[in-house]
Amino acid sequence: MAQMAMVMNLDKCIGCHTCSVTCKQAWTNRTGTEYVWFNNVETRPGLGYPRRYEDQEEWQGGWVRKGNGKLTLRSGSRLKKLASIFSNPKLPTIEDYYEPWTYDYETLLNSPQQKNFPVAQPHSLISGKKMNVSWSANWDDDLGGAPQYGPKDVMLKGIEDKVKFEFEQTFMFYLPRICEHCLNPSCAASCPSGAIYKRTEDGIVLVDQDKCRGWRMCISGCPYKKVYFNHKTGKAEKCTFCYPRIEVGIPTVCSETCVGRLRYIGLMLYDADAVLAAASVENETDLYAAQRNVFLDPEDPAVQRAAEHAGIPADWIDAARRSPVKRLILDYQVALPLHPEYRTMPMVWYIPPLSPVVDVIKDTGHDAEDQGNLFAAIDTLRIPVEYLANLFTAGDVAPVNGVLKKLAAMRSYMRDINLGRDPREEIPGSVGMSGEAMYEMFRLLAIAKYADRY
Amino acid sequence: MTDTGLDGPLTDALVGTRRFFTKAEVSADKRTMYAKGGRAGDAFYRDRWAHDKVVRSTHGVNCTGSCSWKVYVKDGVITWEAQQTDYPSAGPDKPEYEPRGCPRGAAFSWYTYSPTRIRYPYVRGVLLEMFREAKAQYGDPVLAWASIVQDPEKARRYKSARGKGGLVRSTWDEVVDIVAAAHVYTVKRWGPDRIAGFSPIPAMSPVSYSSGARFLELIGAPMLSFYDWYADLPNASPQMFGDQTDVPESGDWWDAGYLIMWGSNVPLTRTPDAHWMTEARYRGQKVIAVAPDYAENVKFADEWVTCNPGEDGALAMAMGHVVLKEFFADQQVDFFVDYNRRFTDLPFLISLQDNGDGTWSQGKNLVAGDLDIPEKDSENAMWKPALFDAESGQIAIPNGSLGFRYGEEGWGKWNLELGELEPALSLYDVRDDVALVRFPRFDAADGQVAYETRGVPVKRVGDRLVTTVLDLLFAHYGVAREGLPGAWPTGYDDPDAPATPAWQERYTSVPAQQVIRLAREWGQNAVDTGGRGMILMGAGTNHWYHSDQIYRSMLLLTTITGCQGRNGGGWAHYVGQEKIRPIMGFQHMAFALDWHRPPRHMNQTAYWYVNTSQYRYDTFSANDIDCGTGVFAGKSIIDLVAQSARLGWAPSYPTFTKSSLVLADEAEAAGMTPPDYIVQQLKSGELKFAVEDPEAEENHPRILSLWRSNLFGSSAKGNEYFLRHLLGTDGSFTATEAPADKRPAGIAWPEQAAEGKLDLLTTLDFRMTSSTLFSDVVLPAATWYEKHDLSTTDMHPFVHSFNPAIAPPWQSKTDWDTWKEIARRFSELAVDHLGVRKDVVAKPLWHDTPEAMATVHGRVLDWRTGEVEPIPGKTMPVLAVAERNYPATYEKFTSIGPLMENVGMLTKGVPYDVKREVEILRHRNGTSASGVGAGQPRLETDIHMADAILHLSGTTNGHLATLGFTNVEKRTGTQLHDLAAEHEGKQITFADTQIQPVPVITSPEWSGSESGGRRYAPFTINIERSKPFHTLTGRQHFYLDHDWMIGMGESLPVYRPPLNMTMLFGEKPIGEQNEHGVSVRYLTPHNKWSIHSEYQDNLFMLSLSRGGQTIWMSDVDAAKVGITDNDWVEAVNRNGVVAARAIVSHRMPEGTVYMHHAQDRLIDVPLTERDGKRGGIHNSLTRIMIKPSHIIGGYAQLAYFFNYIGPIGSNRDEVTMIRRRTNQKVEY
Repeated sequence: MAQMAMVMNLDKCIGCHTCSVTCKQAWTNRTGTEYVWFNNVETRPGLGYPRRYEDQEEWQGGWVRKGNGKLTLRSGSRLKKLASIFSNPKLPTIEDYYEPWTYDYETLLNSPQQKNFPVAQPHSLISGKKMNVSWSANWDDDLGGAPQYGPKDVMLKGIEDKVKFEFEQTFMFYLPRICEHCLNPSCAASCPSGAIYKRTEDGIVLVDQDKCRGWRMCISGCPYKKVYFNHKTGKAEKCTFCYPRIEVGIPTVCSETCVGRLRYIGLMLYDADAVLAAASVENETDLYAAQRNVFLDPEDPAVQRAAEHAGIPADWIDAARRSPVKRLILDYQVALPLHPEYRTMPMVWYIPPLSPVVDVIKDTGHDAEDQGNLFAAIDTLRIPVEYLANLFTAGDVAPVNGVLKKLAAMRSYMRDINLGRDPREEIPGSVGMSGEAMYEMFRLLAIAKYADRY
Repeated sequence: MTDTGLDGPLTDALVGTRRFFTKAEVSADKRTMYAKGGRAGDAFYRDRWAHDKVVRSTHGVNCTGSCSWKVYVKDGVITWEAQQTDYPSAGPDKPEYEPRGCPRGAAFSWYTYSPTRIRYPYVRGVLLEMFREAKAQYGDPVLAWASIVQDPEKARRYKSARGKGGLVRSTWDEVVDIVAAAHVYTVKRWGPDRIAGFSPIPAMSPVSYSSGARFLELIGAPMLSFYDWYADLPNASPQMFGDQTDVPESGDWWDAGYLIMWGSNVPLTRTPDAHWMTEARYRGQKVIAVAPDYAENVKFADEWVTCNPGEDGALAMAMGHVVLKEFFADQQVDFFVDYNRRFTDLPFLISLQDNGDGTWSQGKNLVAGDLDIPEKDSENAMWKPALFDAESGQIAIPNGSLGFRYGEEGWGKWNLELGELEPALSLYDVRDDVALVRFPRFDAADGQVAYETRGVPVKRVGDRLVTTVLDLLFAHYGVAREGLPGAWPTGYDDPDAPATPAWQERYTSVPAQQVIRLAREWGQNAVDTGGRGMILMGAGTNHWYHSDQIYRSMLLLTTITGCQGRNGGGWAHYVGQEKIRPIMGFQHMAFALDWHRPPRHMNQTAYWYVNTSQYRYDTFSANDIDCGTGVFAGKSIIDLVAQSARLGWAPSYPTFTKSSLVLADEAEAAGMTPPDYIVQQLKSGELKFAVEDPEAEENHPRILSLWRSNLFGSSAKGNEYFLRHLLGTDGSFTATEAPADKRPAGIAWPEQAAEGKLDLLTTLDFRMTSSTLFSDVVLPAATWYEKHDLSTTDMHPFVHSFNPAIAPPWQSKTDWDTWKEIARRFSELAVDHLGVRKDVVAKPLWHDTPEAMATVHGRVLDWRTGEVEPIPGKTMPVLAVAERNYPATYEKFTSIGPLMENVGMLTKGVPYDVKREVEILRHRNGTSASGVGAGQPRLETDIHMADAILHLSGTTNGHLATLGFTNVEKRTGTQLHDLAAEHEGKQITFADTQIQPVPVITSPEWSGSESGGRRYAPFTINIERSKPFHTLTGRQHFYLDHDWMIGMGESLPVYRPPLNMTMLFGEKPIGEQNEHGVSVRYLTPHNKWSIHSEYQDNLFMLSLSRGGQTIWMSDVDAAKVGITDNDWVEAVNRNGVVAARAIVSHRMPEGTVYMHHAQDRLIDVPLTERDGKRGGIHNSLTRIMIKPSHIIGGYAQLAYFFNYIGPIGSNRDEVTMIRRRTNQKVEY
């Protein structure tokens, strides 16, 4: 089948939140969805939105593999779900997101003459009462309050000794998130009403607004907490991958408005029949490779024939062949899935952040672009590789290291070209790439023309 | 039943039944349900996405972004916005400018229908009642206004109510009546220069800027500057380059081999451009971040250089020390030698001054007029600096200096061609002798000067000892050469000698080893890449009191290594969207130079320093800032401000203690010309400069109009002083006035400073701000999605447009239409009250004119003390007479005046004949039918104005660009016109900008070239085409020989620490604790969630941040005084109080807090615990401090032009106490 997928290059994300705002303006700036951000950006280390959503011990989202090798929803079998639809204990409260508010702006103009300069006070958009703002959609942005909240970051589990919230050791990066439009969506599997479906033509996961009955099982079932409850309509809503735009050939709002130019959209062909087995592999650390194996090579004539047979139009096959997402996931293997251990086979992948690389070797006096130094430095990154591995590879540092080495090698390789020196082919060779592939990867990541990103 | 691998058979059976209830296809394994989307399904989001039209517009906000946006409209309602992606390509092998934007801009449409939108005209009730009553009584609105402001009790009543609510709705007719009447009254009673307007940064919407500016300049009222006032103007730029600021577009970052982000937090403040930095890294560019905190840009850097705030000068000097030693003293790098011979003042000769004790001091540039050589008698001989020619062994006068720029003899010689000359950078090998020269240092704990004495190679020229700038630089930076005596550093590890890596570590905390390596990398990269090393510098290094010195020491690195004037090299200062690319048309139209010349331009920092009475709270003297030379002996800062005004260096409005109209009348009555009369009156002491008696009622500013501006919520340094002294309302400062022994010598000092000096404050805005809150009259403005305008920036090479997505809703109007209305009513009222008057305009000596040759050798001679005669245009301001036909103001406003054809245009010293262009505009815009503008091109609409600007600028009219270059060629004798030839026939119209952003044309208005589609980098024309810089030597200057520069110890770049607020003002030293909390460095950097005050009240931005005013502080400081995240805190110093929430983070360094700037007092700000009044804004804790070197004028590149040079409203040297509020339950 064909799947619209996205890759975000976190190494380029500047944490500006333009994606969040353009998305919200286009889709959720209405009553009932004040607190809803289909797209949000988290500062890591940090708690995320809703807070600690990654703690599946608490929220019970996603799938687990049972002893017999079968997958079941973590929150219990779907039978149990159907049986307990009237009491859903694993639902984040508004406090876990944040209580949306506004201000009595009109007092600024309307105040009668008074003793003090007028001011607009906050009041809740839920209760209408005056409120004390104490959490927001992005409270711990840029490590705000980090010494207090940061240690509660779920991803620090097991590496607490490696991350200290002290000035000299500060690091951060940003994690923009939308719905993963999973190949194996646990939200859909959780829905008792059959309202959540995956579009045949492009794999976009949608909530049918007519069918949704507001049971909210999907919210619990989604380990990414990317299904939201509209408290006005009483229905679930989620990122639609901007299908009204995708259908007419323009990228999602979050992608096109991304000023970091870090989002890539493209088509992936995959073997739908292989999904379940891939999602059920025993070791969590094998899930990344297993998911990659589900994807089909659009250059393979057999795949092309099969796709044609399955009714996938020729231009879609072309799109899959020139898909930048495919190049990043399969050809260069620099993109990784977010939380493969949830076994939902997510389809928004990430290139982990490289920077800053040479900080720790700054006192050695060596040339920072020297290839050897860059490789040495990856082992002592400001951002602990283990932290990235917890996000993208179920804790396996090897694939993360592999990606970072490719990015580092690209910088070394390109510096020679930049300075008009002869390129050293042993650099791409050391990370298993040809010079040509490395240069093409450079163009895709750095020059990243509009037509090449989407 | 098949085994699906899921849950189990029973579940499968149940879940499987889904199939029967839906048409959707359930996967064979029953895990997922598939359904075809398609047009029929999913109607909800499809409907949501549906819209009627998309309109191109942008945001008129001071951010340098200039991003083009798509505004979506549905059912006549603006729904949302997203970025345009149709910028012309930057080239096949580079990233593109799309999709420029940021979250703030993306949130803009919220304002359109928000509850903070100003929908109707408002006036404060108490004033409106008085006006209605008086108008009923007098009939005439001017008399009505007079009756209010002349009655002290009435005036006090409405002024003391300012900011405290009570705004009531009025009508357009009524508010225009009030505003126009007040202007007429003030012109009549006090003179036009008692009125002022402030609207910042024209580049972000020049038509809107021009609206009020054109009206005010037509009536003779000054426009207040912005670039210096914001402290964004780097005075180092005019000092070194003779240029206001010219920088590369962000696309040129890509070209750099080495990039240092130094005090410039690119992702946060240059959001749309940041990708160029992240992408250039992939080319193998090394990226360094210098920042005191773990700022957003640090994430991208290969190295984080944790320099302590304000100590950047020490870091830069140490890097300079290493570069000078390793690339200039230890070896000679051909590339650097060639570059500096031609393009910098390194080889120029400086006379030494005998101290009489065996030591010498740095003196003046040796010039042709000083010497017994043939050029001694040439034209402008005192403006032709000399160097030593190694080829001939003789003193030589190279082409290209200021003396060649003017006069008959200079034609064809104002260029940087050296011919046979081979300038000696150093006299070391050809020295006659060695002189011991004293070099100042300011690194002592008390900030006082000390001296190092070091040997410098010299030659004897007559009875003078001379040396080169490079030889002075070596000694000043402590770079020893064998055989030169004096106290030299023992090595890089000498911690006591200025400029060594070990020395800087004590101030910056940056390891010496790191500095040495960075400096080596910097130098080597410049060698390897031919000067492709770039420093992005920003507010973090520029907003300090001594920022010019910080910048000069940083610019030494980019300049001495040949990086200036290169693609991918040099300085990249991005603070303030100062670059209006079509500048020539803009300047002439905005300031009504088509009708009157010269305009009245005022530097805003001095304006408020004087008029908000902040000078009275200066408990330090100018002596605290000199270097023990006595150059300012016995003077206070305001004495220097007055001297600068009186000598014609800097502008000063209100100018005289009498109305400029009355002075013209008196001159006529006395049978004298106004200049003669004024000189006579000044000499006799009958007449004074207003700045010499600022508290007297005849010298107050009376009317201030703000549009596109939020002075009171944003840039007003010393906010609380503004509130009390200017507005007459509550001002929460506790500073005490200077005691008798610290008061100025030449300034009147009445017992009481005036309060409520201003009669009328008017603000045009679409949202409520502090400025509208405090205004007497609030006018509803159209937003940026409701009008036509233009947008340009220094960050990209395009000009594009604003367009209305909807008509201005409710009763809002565009700025253009509002000011047109005011001009119309003003003209009607002027018939009876003003008529035609003569107005004497005092104008300072201007840069880029021969007036810049007023002060030979930069020697300060004051006519007040009889050192010289007062001669207008030479030793005092130019005195020009303008005829103001006040009843014709509206006719002038709406038509292009005759001076364009009769006199032509002049920009940066380049003349243009524009008869052809005006004729074209007659056809494009049509002509005015009647009145003084009859037969002239019309300026009725905003589009007329936009087209006039575009048509009258070289950057947007290829014909003018070519014409300008042809004119410059006559002076330089080098070829230039080909730079614009490729676009000679290109004429960008407003309609073009509505279709797509349009690339601009290379023009003599700027120093760089875009020809052939290259990325813009400044000074490439100077370097590639031998065109001189607009400086004394025509080269980039390291050395500045003005009396005041030498007197302050700043003739060369020198490290000066942040001001010692304990010594100067008695604030607690950083780290000290008492009942008010802990004392910390108080910085106000740019805000992630706003552009200045814009957007900080926007609900989306507030929801993504903390919902109100915040102060960031380190966990270490927070722990000291028991503050936890989100606690209410109170920050207090002598200037005011802030009541905000704490954000505690380990990314902040100990000892420093950030209150991100321009968080207005309108959103969730409680009453303070200290005095029970509303908490302040970020600038409630700052105040204006003027640095004397910024008000130097009349001397080569140190000559005034609007926003080119001037005192900066620096704001980073401040400290505050911060504590947890006792009661966390706050009151409003």
